[in-house]
Amino acid sequence: MEHATTLDHTEDVYEPSLTPDSLGKLGMWVFLVGDTMSFGALLAAYAAIRAGAGAIGWVPPTEILGIELTAFMTFLLICSSVTMVKALESIQNGNVSRMCMFLGLTIGGGIIFLGLQAYEWYHLIHHGLTLTGIPDHGLSGAAVSGSTLFGPTFYAITGFHGMHVTGGVIYLIVILIHGLRGRYTAEFNHEVEIVGLYWHFVDLIWIMVFTFIYLL
Amino acid sequence: MAQNGHKEHPKYMNIFWWLTGLTVLELLVVIPDFPTVVKAILLIGLACAKAILVANYFMHLKFERRTLAIIVMTPFIICVLLVFALMPDLTLDSRIEGATQPTTEVVDTSAH
Repeated sequence: MEHATTLDHTEDVYEPSLTPDSLGKLGMWVFLVGDTMSFGALLAAYAAIRAGAGAIGWVPPTEILGIELTAFMTFLLICSSVTMVKALESIQNGNVSRMCMFLGLTIGGGIIFLGLQAYEWYHLIHHGLTLTGIPDHGLSGAAVSGSTLFGPTFYAITGFHGMHVTGGVIYLIVILIHGLRGRYTAEFNHEVEIVGLYWHFVDLIWIMVFTFIYLL
Repeated sequence: MAQNGHKEHPKYMNIFWWLTGLTVLELLVVIPDFPTVVKAILLIGLACAKAILVANYFMHLKFERRTLAIIVMTPFIICVLLVFALMPDLTLDSRIEGATQPTTEVVDTSAH
């Protein structure tokens, strides 16, 4: 018993210098920095492949991918980021029910995003964008032959992001359940802030993916 | 317990409108027939502006220790370097005639 008290005391006084308010937050930041490298490596490889295909040609993504739908998906993630910060703001003000409502809206945004991505993939696959080929209607032969990696890079990067969104939705559901059980208060809410960091990171990465994969 | 440094919340709705506006601007840049380089610079600039807004205000990086912000920036710099590191390999290979059939030299290692 005495030993346990000593441990609790040690935990209370320990403050990481980078994130003094929470050790867990430091852990999440470290994870996010590592994850940035994963996405960064994928996007850098994509940029290099496109530059390498420069002499032969690369099909402009706007000719194959639907910009309108993905622009809406971007807007949706921005909205879900706003609901996420509103959830944190609510619990910091001690309003548990408002936090749960905003967490629910964030989860809803994530699920709709995943549904739209599934819808997009379904249509692209049916139109011939696969891991080995691209739709060739109306495109020059050189551009088609130079873009054999269009499908693999597209599915790898958007799929990797989609997996992050799926993980984020599950993570948010767990936090929502804790919230509904009354775990969080105006004083104890770091777990909500940490899940928020992850969710905003997913939004931030989509901003980059939308620009590099869909618009450029 | 240490005090939270960001109890005074930024105006999140203002950030939301900025992000929405920048997204609309991105779509407007895609439509006209700009040269590819101009389009790329504008789109990357807009994406970076949006990413900085999300990181600074939604992820509260602006209100964290400066050291943390520097650490978070590191992978972005490394990724840009990675693009330039990969570039020569791919561009050279496709532009040098006859490079599609590289010759391989057999090195005799039996002497070691």
